[in-house]
Amino acid sequence: MKMEKMTYREALKQGIREALLNDERVFLMGEDVGHYGGAFAVSKGLLQEFGADRIMDVPLSESGFVGAGVGAALAGMKPIVEVMTVNFSLLAMDQIINNAATLLHMSGGQLNVPLVIRMGCGIGRQLAAQHSHSWEPYFASVPGLIVLSVGTHEDARGMLLSALKSPDPVILFEYTFMLNMDKEVAPDAGAVDITKAKVRRDGKDITLITYGNGVYKSLEAAEELSSQGIEVEVIDLRVLRPLDEETLLASVAKTHRALVVEDAWRSGGMAAEVFSRIIEKGFFELDAPLQRLCGQEVPIPYPRHLEEASVPQPQDIVDTIRKMIGL
Amino acid sequence: MEKRIKERKVLTGEQERHLLYQMKLIRRFEEKSAEQYTKEKIRGFLHLYIGEEAVAVGVTQALSAEDYVLSTYREHGHALARNMDPGSIMAEMYGKQEGCSKGRGGSMHLFDATFNFYGGNAIVAGHLPMAVGMALASKKQQKKNITCCFFGEGAAAEGEFHEAMNLAALWQVPALFICENNLYAMGTALKYTHAMQYIEKKGVGYGIDSSAVDGMDLIAVSKAANDAVKYIKTNNKPYFLVCNTYRFRPHSMFDAELYRDKKEVEEWKKKDPIPRYQQDLINKKRLSKKQIDEMDKHIEAEINKAVTLAEEGTWEPVEDLTKFVYSGQ
Ligand SMILES: Cc1ncc(C[n+]2csc(CCOP(=O)(O)OP(=O)(O)O)c2C)c(N)n1
Repeated sequence: MKMEKMTYREALKQGIREALLNDERVFLMGEDVGHYGGAFAVSKGLLQEFGADRIMDVPLSESGFVGAGVGAALAGMKPIVEVMTVNFSLLAMDQIINNAATLLHMSGGQLNVPLVIRMGCGIGRQLAAQHSHSWEPYFASVPGLIVLSVGTHEDARGMLLSALKSPDPVILFEYTFMLNMDKEVAPDAGAVDITKAKVRRDGKDITLITYGNGVYKSLEAAEELSSQGIEVEVIDLRVLRPLDEETLLASVAKTHRALVVEDAWRSGGMAAEVFSRIIEKGFFELDAPLQRLCGQEVPIPYPRHLEEASVPQPQDIVDTIRKMIGL
Repeated sequence: MEKRIKERKVLTGEQERHLLYQMKLIRRFEEKSAEQYTKEKIRGFLHLYIGEEAVAVGVTQALSAEDYVLSTYREHGHALARNMDPGSIMAEMYGKQEGCSKGRGGSMHLFDATFNFYGGNAIVAGHLPMAVGMALASKKQQKKNITCCFFGEGAAAEGEFHEAMNLAALWQVPALFICENNLYAMGTALKYTHAMQYIEKKGVGYGIDSSAVDGMDLIAVSKAANDAVKYIKTNNKPYFLVCNTYRFRPHSMFDAELYRDKKEVEEWKKKDPIPRYQQDLINKKRLSKKQIDEMDKHIEAEINKAVTLAEEGTWEPVEDLTKFVYSGQ
């Protein structure tokens, strides 16, 4: 089938549009999703197409409208709540953790919350400390949530559709850095498996585990290393909670080496959890110490050169892997 | 109604010309910033204050140097009105170490402790509770200063606004809340974000004396701010002033302005506070043609100096990346 070139933004938009067409219980609400056209132009035109009942602009009230999303989900709707960026999700954290993630358990299994929360996330546009956070690991530590990271165009197109099938709350992290990036997407791309990590590139020499902004950076580094004779297996975690251990362990059993790459701060990042799983169940497969390239432990500074130095870059990945292989 | 003292401060011609100068400086500074943004000298988010100058200048002239000022990400105007050096602001927006926040913050995070300017806060309404705390500290230490906090009408929908209002009233702290109601929160109009669109009524609901003023009129804003400051100092209570204004430019440099009519913008431009005040001073014979020319020349020189400082500024070495995370680094 002929592939279609599209931006990450367009892929996200097509996913939302399809979701709205599929099920009339679905509606989108968030700050500036309607009249403004979406803070990042993702929902541009949808208000005109679907009307203000289904594309709801909301006031700056993150705790309020996320909580309203929980309530609407409880009472029979299928809300897609957009929190403009993860930076503002802290204001809604009470609703996300104490209500969305917890109601099923507290009610002894009576009340499930089929809510999808989308948020823009990550570093890369020189937006400085309050607007550049990578907080996937915080959310991934909360039982009751399903946490997805949209690291490719294919997932940008399909993950939302899968998320809407979940009976339980799903957090979708989208990456503002990738919005304008063009990639090939299958025209029939749709729902994807949201229980599995995905091997994005096969390799025999080392396993590189990553997610989000790390995926394309890692593939770029793997390409460069391949030209130097090193074959890297790149795994996109995709599902940060619950973690798909099986895929990780199978790869480590093949390569016997692993590196985790992520933009999130090093302490308590996804790398720490991934390593624990590998050590618990695959320790004897390892030929070398596990390594990680993570975000530097500093609020993200504004100037470009300092921002770039705050998170791993493809060249850092290449250098680290060469060292790990003993070159 | 609390005791209000309506003494009028009579300004000298020189003081009046200074206020005009400040508004014009802000205008030119913002125009230059937009220019430097398109040249990619300034990056990230850039929120311009053009159209709203009378608010920052009118309110700030009522404050003393000891008062604390907190603002949003649309804060260049407040920083300039507070007499911060335009060069240190421009250098900050370039990301140079000569910037007022050492280049770490950029356009949205201007800080200058020597001017009691506490940002530069980019989480909408996040600074309101801090403002209450600063005013509380002044009260506890029996200091005479007040805390002035600027924010948009979008912020007045946040829980943090409502919690801050209640706390300020409950603790009776010397805080001046200034809502810059420019009718849009990003691209979402007031009518889509507030059921009660007279924002000043929200203060009254919390037991805070409140009023609204034409934010396009420097004289009106100045009077309202002078009264508010006196009220706070006389009654030892917070005050809430809503300044109704308009931003002539897009929300930020990323905004395609799909949500408002060009005609509406043109209508508001007729209320531009700068020509209005300038004409007022000319009519009162407080300002001559020659003085206007001199003022404009002086402003051009200030702006050029600021750009030069930013251009010649230096980058912080990458080795210092993890500085300023803990004190004493
Ligand atoms: C808590 C939070 N939510 C969302 C945003 C994104 N955002 C930045 S400015 C803005 C609009 C704010 O409008 P208003 O308070 O009226 O101030 P104005 O920009 O008009 O001066 C929005 C939604 C943010 N920075 N913080």
